[in-house]
Amino acid sequence: MESFINRIDQVGAQERIARFFSRSIKKKSKINALKAVLSMIDLTTLEGKDSPGKVKQLCYKAVHLHDQFPDLPTVAAICVYPTMVSIAKKSLNNTDINVASVATAFPSGMTSLEYKLNEVRMVVADGADEVDMVISRGKFLQGEYNYVADEIAFVKEACGKAHLKVILETGELVTLDNVRLASDIAMEAGADFIKTSTGKVSPAATPPVVLVMLEAIRDYYKKTGKKIGMKPAGGISKAKLAIQYLVMIKETLGQDWLNADLFRFGASSLANDVLMQIVKQSIGVYQSANYFSLD
Amino acid sequence: MSKREDIKKTYKLYIGGKFPRTESGRYIKWTDPKSTTTVNICRGSRKDFRNAVVAARETLCGWSSKTAYNRSQILYRIGEMLEGRRSQFMDELVVQGSTKKGAEKEIDQSIDRLIYYAGWADKYQQIFSRVNPVALPYFNFSYPEPMGVVSAVAPNDSSLIGLVSIIAPIIAGGNTVVVLASEENPLCSITFAEVLHTSDVSGGVVNILTGHRSELVEQFSSHMDVNAIVYCGNKPEEIKLIQENAALNVKRPVVYSDENWFDKNTQDPYRILNTLETKTTWHPVGV
Repeated sequence: MESFINRIDQVGAQERIARFFSRSIKKKSKINALKAVLSMIDLTTLEGKDSPGKVKQLCYKAVHLHDQFPDLPTVAAICVYPTMVSIAKKSLNNTDINVASVATAFPSGMTSLEYKLNEVRMVVADGADEVDMVISRGKFLQGEYNYVADEIAFVKEACGKAHLKVILETGELVTLDNVRLASDIAMEAGADFIKTSTGKVSPAATPPVVLVMLEAIRDYYKKTGKKIGMKPAGGISKAKLAIQYLVMIKETLGQDWLNADLFRFGASSLANDVLMQIVKQSIGVYQSANYFSLD
Repeated sequence: MSKREDIKKTYKLYIGGKFPRTESGRYIKWTDPKSTTTVNICRGSRKDFRNAVVAARETLCGWSSKTAYNRSQILYRIGEMLEGRRSQFMDELVVQGSTKKGAEKEIDQSIDRLIYYAGWADKYQQIFSRVNPVALPYFNFSYPEPMGVVSAVAPNDSSLIGLVSIIAPIIAGGNTVVVLASEENPLCSITFAEVLHTSDVSGGVVNILTGHRSELVEQFSSHMDVNAIVYCGNKPEEIKLIQENAALNVKRPVVYSDENWFDKNTQDPYRILNTLETKTTWHPVGV
């Protein structure tokens, strides 16, 4: 594990972020950025009260973001709980939209490996294209890094062809050093994506955490030539913040990562805010949420 | 010993219960009629307005669901706080060109107007509600509800009494408001925001911007998330623009032209009704 140890310069990270966030994206670039954001969204509903009706509605929304407005992309994927996978899969038949399922006892991950693997196999059998797993934060904080790495590797194996996103739940990892270490472990163990948060713990995705994870991805790419994807999730509900994240990607990882294969936003209310901005940009009038579909 | 420097107040905007500078970084140099005082006033931008509407929308549910009695108490409290800051408003009104006597009268009337609308806040609903006769076995009744977020362009000439006369009936009716203060006499408006800030009015219920009317009227009237606009002034081209833009989302345009805000006739419960809309309910009889 010696090679994993990196010290993160916290002040440096903050300063770098302040630079990204001062970039001003206007006019045509802004519209392109907004559309790019839409195409990278994992439209998410992860609530205990989720019903088949809610999931179907969300799937409809994923395909028909705002029909009054032509030339809009669809979102990248729908993200749901395991029991909703088959319903989402059926609703999204004949579309390019993926179905992602959280698994491994999301959001806590507090169960045995056997149960976790069964859950993963179940969602994959139901048709999930992507699996969002959580790492065992308790084990990680106890220093049992091998346990965490092995668990990810087993889940990756159980995923088969499905893409694996590994949720670090950075809000529980305490330090940026831990975030970096967990990112490195997840990538070495076989993650296709690393993801910040479950959305159930505060703070969720924060800019410094995202930057540290992006730098981990960059270093891993330089070392191995493998491109790992990134998914910030939780608390990203405004178009402006989403665009600032795109700037961060572009300037840390480069153009290659600016697509839905390598970058996603986990969000529920972001889509509507982006749509409101796109309509504002085109007709020049500030919009109201009343005129956009529920999400 | 060196001479002590006066600490001058920075006049800022009032958005969502905070006092930010304008997002645009622009300022208007304001000089009093006698050219003794120069102050930098924020030149509010459309983005400031947008932010204010977001704040007003966020707080709307909390404000409109307060009991009428509670809203009444809060309006009364604004009056109390204004009373306590009498001397500060005196000074500013005099700087803005009022005589001492005129300033005194304006403050008295502003306080009285707040108390007037405080009194009406828990009474207009029963006065304006009614039971409608229908030829079916239903109990049918109509009552006024707040329209939502209201944008307002305050009178230019009378800065304090004008501002109070516009804000009070709007918030008495349970709406939230984004108001553009007098362009000619902006000092009192921001000081009035300090009064609101200490009166249990939750942040975002009243938002006060300063800036150029000509620049902001367009945004005030076209924003899709604004449900009504109250305009004080008599420029035909501005009134036309407001009425046309209001059609975008069918917001209600209310225009007050050539009002003498010192006149008691400019206060009445119908001004509360101006930013309310009627809801009619059909209730089956015998259930």
